[in-house]
Amino acid sequence: MDMTSEQFLDVISKARETREWKPVFEIIPYFSYLGLELEECEGRIICRLPKDKKFIGNPVLPALHGGIVGAFLETTALVHMLMTQDVTRLPKIINITVEYLRSAKLEDSFAEAVITKPGRRVANMRVRAWQESKDKPIATASANFLVS
Amino acid sequence: MSDSFDINQIQNIIDAGIPQCADIGVKVHEMDEGGVTFRLPYDEKLAGNPVTGVLHGGVITTLIDSASGMCIYVKLKKYIPIATLDLRIDYLKPATPGEMLYAHAYCYKLTEKIGFVRSVAYHTDRNDPIANSVSTFMLRSSATPPLNEVSESMKKV
Repeated sequence: MDMTSEQFLDVISKARETREWKPVFEIIPYFSYLGLELEECEGRIICRLPKDKKFIGNPVLPALHGGIVGAFLETTALVHMLMTQDVTRLPKIINITVEYLRSAKLEDSFAEAVITKPGRRVANMRVRAWQESKDKPIATASANFLVS
Repeated sequence: MSDSFDINQIQNIIDAGIPQCADIGVKVHEMDEGGVTFRLPYDEKLAGNPVTGVLHGGVITTLIDSASGMCIYVKLKKYIPIATLDLRIDYLKPATPGEMLYAHAYCYKLTEKIGFVRSVAYHTDRNDPIANSVSTFMLRSSATPPLNEVSESMKKV
């Protein structure tokens, strides 16, 4: 990796000013691997995980791998933090609990995070992922991030 | 269909039957009564931090979820359809870029319908983990064929 902390934070603060987050997503390798996209509508921040056969965990159903669904929820929480909080470093995940509610089909997935408590040192978050309808979540998660 | 838990057979089952594991390069390391150990070679494309190159937590989730599911098959000695119900992960310290990542999972309780699993991710010492996890799995979660048969049919596609 040939990027300094300062350069990375510059990219993030520039994205916060311009509201153009693509450059941030492009420099985080795992975000690129997921093909993560952002949809901002009416002030809500929604992440999209495009369908991809490489994410399959059960080829018969077929269903996305539980690990990918967990990774998508964690990523969505982090994106929400970066976009809404004045971070001076990349928030670090402390823990995450994922509840799997329905099998995730080979379709685009969406997720939205809320900060339940924006502490000075730790932020507590809830995340929900869905596919065809937000009323039918495929998974939810609660997570804690170390922010300073 | 053979019911034996030959390590090479299981690697083939993963490579053909679990595309996500094959894609990131999950390998079976060890497997016995005490549980299963999977390994994942470091890959820059899975980094979550572009400055340090530290793996994204989601990659650890995938490795742990996979090992945790597999240890239920080992305990049952057969491949029935299972689904993760919930999974909690505590991230204890960052993974070291460039180092092989291992996940060891052990099914400590099996009921008729649910499997309970503990798992740790580590580099060299299981007692010095990078992440600790507990998870539960629903057994016979769908009326689909078991993983080993799925894997065989995928190879023919």
